[in-house]
Amino acid sequence: MTRTQTRLAVRHRLAERGVDRQLWLLVPGLACVLALFVYPFAYGIGLSFQPAEGGVFGAYRAFFADAYQRDTIATTLSLSLPAAILNVAASVPIAYRMRGRFRGKRLLTTVLVVPITLGTVLTAEGLLNYLGPAGWFNRLLFFVDEPIRLTNNYWGVFFSLVITGFPFAFLLILSYLSGIDPTLERAAATLGAGRRQRFQRITLPLLAPGLATTFCLTFVLAFSVFPSAVLVGDPAGTTRVISIAAYHAAYEVYDYSLGSAIAVVMGVVELLVVAIVLGLRSLLYTGSTGGKG
Amino acid sequence: MTGFDELRLDGVRRRFGGQDALAGLSLTIRRGEFIALLGPSGCGKSTALNCLAGLLPLSEGSIWQDGARLDTLPPEKRGFGMVFQSYALFPHLSVRKNIAFGLQMRRLPRDEVRRRTDQALSLVRLEEHAKKLPGQLSGGQQQRVAIARAVVLEPSLVLMDEPLSNLDAKLRLEMRTEIRRLHQTLGLTTVYVTHDQEEALSLADRLVVLRDGRVEQIGTPEDLHERPANRHVADFMGYRNLLPMKVKAVHGPVVAVEGSGLTLEGTAVGPLSPGDDVVAGIRPEDLHEGGSGVPVTVEVVEYQGRELAVEARTQSGDAVHLRAATRPAPGDQITVTAAPARVLVFPS
Amino acid sequence: MSRRIVASPTSWLIWGAVAFFLINLAGVIASVVVNSFGERWFDTWLPSGWTTQWYATAWTEFGLLNVMVVTLEVAVLVVGISVLVGVPASYVLARRSFPGRRLVYLLFLLPILMPPITYGIPLATVLYKYGFAGHLTGVVLANLVPSIPFVILTMTPFIEQIDPAIERAARMCGAKTWQIFARILAPLLVPGILAASILVLVRTVGMFELTFLTAGPDSQTLVVALYYSMSAAGIRAQQSVDAMAVLYTASMLVLLVIALRFVNPTQLVARVKEDPD
Repeated sequence: MTRTQTRLAVRHRLAERGVDRQLWLLVPGLACVLALFVYPFAYGIGLSFQPAEGGVFGAYRAFFADAYQRDTIATTLSLSLPAAILNVAASVPIAYRMRGRFRGKRLLTTVLVVPITLGTVLTAEGLLNYLGPAGWFNRLLFFVDEPIRLTNNYWGVFFSLVITGFPFAFLLILSYLSGIDPTLERAAATLGAGRRQRFQRITLPLLAPGLATTFCLTFVLAFSVFPSAVLVGDPAGTTRVISIAAYHAAYEVYDYSLGSAIAVVMGVVELLVVAIVLGLRSLLYTGSTGGKG
Repeated sequence: MTGFDELRLDGVRRRFGGQDALAGLSLTIRRGEFIALLGPSGCGKSTALNCLAGLLPLSEGSIWQDGARLDTLPPEKRGFGMVFQSYALFPHLSVRKNIAFGLQMRRLPRDEVRRRTDQALSLVRLEEHAKKLPGQLSGGQQQRVAIARAVVLEPSLVLMDEPLSNLDAKLRLEMRTEIRRLHQTLGLTTVYVTHDQEEALSLADRLVVLRDGRVEQIGTPEDLHERPANRHVADFMGYRNLLPMKVKAVHGPVVAVEGSGLTLEGTAVGPLSPGDDVVAGIRPEDLHEGGSGVPVTVEVVEYQGRELAVEARTQSGDAVHLRAATRPAPGDQITVTAAPARVLVFPS
Repeated sequence: MSRRIVASPTSWLIWGAVAFFLINLAGVIASVVVNSFGERWFDTWLPSGWTTQWYATAWTEFGLLNVMVVTLEVAVLVVGISVLVGVPASYVLARRSFPGRRLVYLLFLLPILMPPITYGIPLATVLYKYGFAGHLTGVVLANLVPSIPFVILTMTPFIEQIDPAIERAARMCGAKTWQIFARILAPLLVPGILAASILVLVRTVGMFELTFLTAGPDSQTLVVALYYSMSAAGIRAQQSVDAMAVLYTASMLVLLVIALRFVNPTQLVARVKEDPD
């Protein structure tokens, strides 16, 4: 066999497995992700094992030994989990009502999506103004003696997470719901299923994978809470979330090793939650939803 | 027209994930021929077409065009035209631009592109739709654009992948005639993939019947219709009654068989001896009512225009299909016979 | 289409909740807008007078022109690069199967699944080490990390909508790979590319964490400048911070309205569910 023939044969064999010159199109994207994501992450992990003192696990030990640092995990989860659950849980019935066609749907969708444009700072400013002791909200509650304190504490951050997270969850769930073939529900109706049964036995199971994905993405959004925890929260106390701890360690104390270690812990905790949710999801139906999706 | 005298497929094989989608297709296509690749879905006919087009690399074997090796060339260098099942018209280009696309790819001078595009447009009678986008055309018109786009390049070979399967029954008949007319007037060489035996029989000069990636039979429409090589080809050629039986006696080419509640005489396909398990194939139109035949019970009667299609059960409970001129009622007892020359007996 | 006029109690509850959310949201937004136009506003329903001076103050005091230019530069660069890099990758991922496809897909998904701070801190450290951080390059590079995967995810459904036979047809007409991209795929993908571009633009303009970690004094985008002005409260008048926030939101709103013209939000993420595990 000549060399060209061998080369042709090899190319054939590769092409049969789907490897050919078109795959070069992936290279720039892969290079970016490898250079800007994988490498820095690996570098950060390496850095977290090289603290100035305390041996290989010194930085992790320092984080977990200090209650002030360690508790940031619980603080973050106690903010982000309820916020994500509320955002998803509230989106389902609303999106379910809105999946059909009706007048003003586009307007309502747009209005519900507006908070995405607000950004953390306007949300924070607004919450401080609106919910503050002299704000409109407390004015409406003139019958209460003491103004209710809803900012510079847990609730301020929580509201901020709902305002930024809900539209996102709503959009995603609406998109998943419109991907479910509406004739399936009609079919169920002809078989005698009532409203509630149709939702519970047909729509909800088909929506479950989408719910899991939405929950994960909303959770990620809430979990990385940083500016609002500083601006409307109590960054030294009840809303000292893990990202504040990481930022503080890396850029205020300049302990890069500890900062990286906290970032790694943060990633692990977050991926753990995502893995649990996706694990639960894989127990459910994962096939087609019969629609366009 | 530039063309070949002979295109030879030599043991063309294509595997997908260790499974043979096409196992060793050898076929010689002569210039001007109309070849149909026929078989049920998943039989490898589209794989064969895509291998020929160059859209799928071969796992083994080779393709030769008058002594020059073809299978190592990319599709755009083979000079073939193709019509797709979904038409695959470029949705953002007008009818005219769709047809002109290939000519422009060849960097032909502008007035030649214009002249040949006009020719192709009038060939498929779409002159007044030239400025429309494909989405504004009916299915049949889209199909004609797809054909014009393939033939405007004067390809040495036109490949058609189930081009009529998305049309309704009436249009399908019209377009069938249209395709055959174009094939003849332009002197094309065509390879046509279909799962519709009627379409294949009416269009092709030669048919290739495929099953599970293997060639079952290659022959003219008459060959296949009258002399199917085995029970699978028979099944595909309209031998709706395929009854498991046993050979009783062999007298030269004529064998007596028994089973499924019937006793018949038929023509042996291949060597048989008494006691063999066989399958008897009979077309519904060759199974006649009346005479001193075998008694059967009528179950379902369908009106089919000039005649009636009847499904009946033999005494052993096997279903047989036949044609009747008068309408029997379900539950009636009738007798059926078949001429020995019209009963094919295949080894099972 | 006929609908029941009398809604069920659950309906009332749900629409009530929506109304409650929207009313409070309106309150939040309006309080900022009112404050940015107000003169003095203490314990009353509305400010004592109206003025636009805070906008002028914000414009000069925060050097908003410069900030706007930087924001625009960052956004345009990030959009351009991520589309150029992301669209071809998305094409391959949507169309082809090859060994390791799932791994590659996961790799592209991870930056979206991780909070920006977790990779932002090590990324910023690396960028500082190589001297990229502290100016525009670093900000652009950091923002590429979530943007490229985002382009890939947004483009996938658009690419899958195109019948693969169309590319084969072009090939049979004699078109080479680059001609197929330029003459067939690019025009067909314009809506998708526009959608992805605008969404990346919105994300980049709104991306706080990564820009915050990598920007120097001359490379702050609007969000970061806003954050600094607000966390340094007391020095600046709160009203001018509000004025700046209103400017920010107004520009984001314009972008979003444009985006919604091109993308139906209900189709946006129809494909995220494909392969994330």
